Amino acid sequence: MKRLRLERLANPQLIALVSVLLLNWLLFPNFFNVTWQDGRFFGSFIDVLNRGAPVAILAVGMTGVIATKGVDLSVGAIMAVCGAVAATMVVSGYPAPLAVAAALSVGLLCGLWNGFLVAVLDIQPIVATLVLMVAGRGIAQLITEGSIVTFNDPALIFIGTGSFLGFPMAAVIAVVLMAAVTLLVRRTAIGLFVQAIGVNRAAASLAGIRSRMLLMLVYSLSGFCAAIAGVVVAADIRGADANNSGLWLELDAILAVVIGGTSLLGGKFSIPMAVVGALIIQAMNTGILVSGFPPEFNLVVKAGMIILILLIQSPYAALPFQRRAPLPSKAVSK
Amino acid sequence: MKRSLRPLAATAVIFVIAYAMSVLQFPNMLSTRVLGNFLTDNAFLGITAVGMTFVIISGGIDLSVGAVIGFTGVLIAVLVSWLGFHPLVAFVIALGVAGLFGAAMGFTIHYLQVPPFIVTLAGMFLARGGASIITQDSVPIRHEFYDTLGDLMIRLPEGGRLSFIGLLMIAVFLGGALLAHRTKFGSYVYALGGNPVSASLMGVPVAQTTVQIYMLSSMLAALAGIVFSLYTSAGYPLAAVGVELDAISAVVIGGTLLTGGYGFVLGTFVGVMLLGLVQTYIIFDGTLSSWWTKIVIGVLLFLFIVLQRIIFAASTPGEKSPEKA
Repeated sequence: MKRLRLERLANPQLIALVSVLLLNWLLFPNFFNVTWQDGRFFGSFIDVLNRGAPVAILAVGMTGVIATKGVDLSVGAIMAVCGAVAATMVVSGYPAPLAVAAALSVGLLCGLWNGFLVAVLDIQPIVATLVLMVAGRGIAQLITEGSIVTFNDPALIFIGTGSFLGFPMAAVIAVVLMAAVTLLVRRTAIGLFVQAIGVNRAAASLAGIRSRMLLMLVYSLSGFCAAIAGVVVAADIRGADANNSGLWLELDAILAVVIGGTSLLGGKFSIPMAVVGALIIQAMNTGILVSGFPPEFNLVVKAGMIILILLIQSPYAALPFQRRAPLPSKAVSK
Repeated sequence: MKRSLRPLAATAVIFVIAYAMSVLQFPNMLSTRVLGNFLTDNAFLGITAVGMTFVIISGGIDLSVGAVIGFTGVLIAVLVSWLGFHPLVAFVIALGVAGLFGAAMGFTIHYLQVPPFIVTLAGMFLARGGASIITQDSVPIRHEFYDTLGDLMIRLPEGGRLSFIGLLMIAVFLGGALLAHRTKFGSYVYALGGNPVSASLMGVPVAQTTVQIYMLSSMLAALAGIVFSLYTSAGYPLAAVGVELDAISAVVIGGTLLTGGYGFVLGTFVGVMLLGLVQTYIIFDGTLSSWWTKIVIGVLLFLFIVLQRIIFAASTPGEKSPEKA
């Protein structure tokens, strides 16, 4: 696994991130200006890190799910549920660490439920997670009783708006989570097993991989990451908004994972690249905002981006560069 | 009774039981007025769900339909109110645009071999973004033709009304059922969903059928957008957000398998009616908050999926085994 450092850096995702950032810099020359104020950094680039953190956190969990050929549509709703749990507990007088722990356990439970549907009841991941996606927002509203629960607990707010060594706390959490999960899957055999399930679950089971337990694990991880993201977002706005917290973020997270080169057909994944994917999305959003374009262009630019990536990843795009290339078959395995 | 019809029968029985229980509690729910409103209020969802049924039977998914409804509404409103087109001309243009849009998605899915999930996600962003670039506000539609269509209805005894859009939905369902079960295109769709490789070996024109399926879905979504603009007399870029999920839920509750190759257009009709029943019940009850709708739909979805699993496990042992690599 020893490769040249330079070669590693020259992958399409990092090139895309650098070009988006450069484009932002061209459109808005102050983009990279970072100032130090009140013990932390400020600037558009830092803002990209901060705003991109929730999607990056979601993407960490989503990568595992997509690597098993699944998808988790419920993460946005889980964010809303966990934000609601943390906020209501803090408001009713529980200490912040307990509230956060409760929120994280609820997220873990939601993930376990998804995992149970997929692994034990053998339901297709899209439908299995659709259940919680539809019901989750209702549950969140049940917890907050339909209102936006606001809170003033300094410890909880710190998670969303605080800083560590000058960097925004949300970004620090995302980086730590990314590093921990990457180490977990790459330094143990878990990553390999997950890949095996993604390629062919039946074959993986026959080869002795306990696919049920691993599927439960990846969906729980996704629920757990969604819970972290939910707490971060709630802490950021100092309130739990059951209707809008994490709304459509599942799509952004899936997009980030796909931009990061993880195949939706399973079997190939990279967690750090998914986080880079989340940063690319956020860099585009921020770029559109700071350069004065109307925010409506955001969606169209995003759509254009997806189409571009699809063209690059398509087996036909590689044809002109290959000699005697095998004809792409319908069942693309890579 | 044919074994393959069991999930459909299960859905229908559950609908009848749920409706009977609602009627026992609120006798007024049996009136023709409520039934007529059922059809009118769910017309756009029903029409969208017909297209979604075809997509799902073929083994795909279409996330763009809600955005296409929003885009169509805005396009028609702009053409009629700002540019002075006759609504009928605007309808034709909207259906044409949606047809091209769907064809492009089908083309990408087949030729670039990208999962439909991602392609239609891009389509969703594109249509929603396109609509909000045209306008950010709700554009009212005032035209006498709209009033004529709005007044067009069959009056039932007891004050119920079968509106034009309600009847249109029923017509789309009947047409969809004929298309699925009585035409060559219909059997191609089932074959494709069952197994694309053997379908192409059997001579199914895979490329053509895929493009046609997504064209059908987008054009029906555009028709739903037209119905939605008749229903609200306005075009709004953020209209019908999340309708794709309601449509998918209706299709799944109606007994269609998301793995493809198996399903019924008429089952989707029952699914749409069941979703409508939940909403109507919660309105009738009055004490339940609107978020219960979401929870109940989630629970229903779960129940139906488990039910399908049990029925399939019981009726076709070994054949359609739950092995999904």
